[in-house]
Amino acid sequence: MSNAQDSRLNTNFVEQGARKRIEYVLDSGSMRELVTPFDRVISPWLEVQGIVPQFDDGVVVARGAIDGKSVIAIAIDGSFQGGSLGEVAGAKIAGALELAVEANQAGESIAAVLMFETGGVRLQEANLGLAAIAEIQSAIVALRKLQPVVALITGPVGCFGGMSITAGLCSYLLMTREGRLGLNGPQVIEQEAGVGEYDSRDRPFIWGLTGGEQRYTTGLVDDFFGSDVIEVRNKVQEYLRKGVPDTFRSEAIQSSLDRLKNVDTQHQITSEAAREIFAKGASL
Amino acid sequence: MDTFHIVRPARKAPINQTLVGYVGSGDLEVMIDNSDSPQADIYIHSSSSAGEQRWLALIERIEANQPLPMMRMDIHDFSATPGVIRLRLEQALEQALTKEASYE
Repeated sequence: MSNAQDSRLNTNFVEQGARKRIEYVLDSGSMRELVTPFDRVISPWLEVQGIVPQFDDGVVVARGAIDGKSVIAIAIDGSFQGGSLGEVAGAKIAGALELAVEANQAGESIAAVLMFETGGVRLQEANLGLAAIAEIQSAIVALRKLQPVVALITGPVGCFGGMSITAGLCSYLLMTREGRLGLNGPQVIEQEAGVGEYDSRDRPFIWGLTGGEQRYTTGLVDDFFGSDVIEVRNKVQEYLRKGVPDTFRSEAIQSSLDRLKNVDTQHQITSEAAREIFAKGASL
Repeated sequence: MDTFHIVRPARKAPINQTLVGYVGSGDLEVMIDNSDSPQADIYIHSSSSAGEQRWLALIERIEANQPLPMMRMDIHDFSATPGVIRLRLEQALEQALTKEASYE
């Protein structure tokens, strides 16, 4: 299909819901959703706590093709409960990835694309959410040896909590400028450390430390780009074509520790200082 | 959170499975599914405390324009305003009753 006639041109990926995001990334007409909302697999824990559930529990999982290659595509819906992962949402992701591992071991070729929009564990389902995230992480570590696992963080929620670790385990980690990536969310840090140390309302400061451009410059993600649908789609294709990488970011333990030792905790870190420390020996 | 089950008279009409909206602040999701019962069964979960009467009034206003089809409708409302609710309900009914099956 030619780009000039493509109505998706100039469509902002960030504004799309989880289901649409998958549809845009996959080859046209190839999407087949697994465990659809009509299966009514909702969280059994939210209603008893007086919280309105959502029919897909905030996670969309689909089979499809990208550039002709068979993939499993997963997107988290950041607008439902902050994209948090509970029992059902987590099981959908872990189950899909585990099935992909089994299919690859049986001779099929299925890669994975994950679109994160999440604050991490859903606190109302605490332990079950934590367990699910652990299962997701081990499935990614198993799958990444066989197939490329591409992660994408576009915002507006970003990727925080245990799911930021999950993102770091993927073969390739891609962000848009609007995306944010961090272990603790800005409001959590402010609450713990005080507004003097970390002002969660200071947007230039927050994006300066956790935004896509900063994370790319400090070598913590593989690429960053604009949020046009076509651009996002092209980048996902590009990284899927790279196949399984020789080394994984999460294996570079010593060089990461060495760099962390150079962080001066007496003074508030700035965007520039972080770039200086993390740019040194950024190659893994 | 309040839950209601509202039953309304309905006409026989073929419907598509439909899902619109999401359970985010000020919005709601509306699902329409096939049903064996000869009526419109509407199940509502709502985080606002506006009460059953408001929902009934909203549904009656939609019925004034078009009789409801036989269906099961589920509404998951996250404190949407009456205007948003009405738009979502009409959007869902339109998608359910058009030939092309699709959902967002």
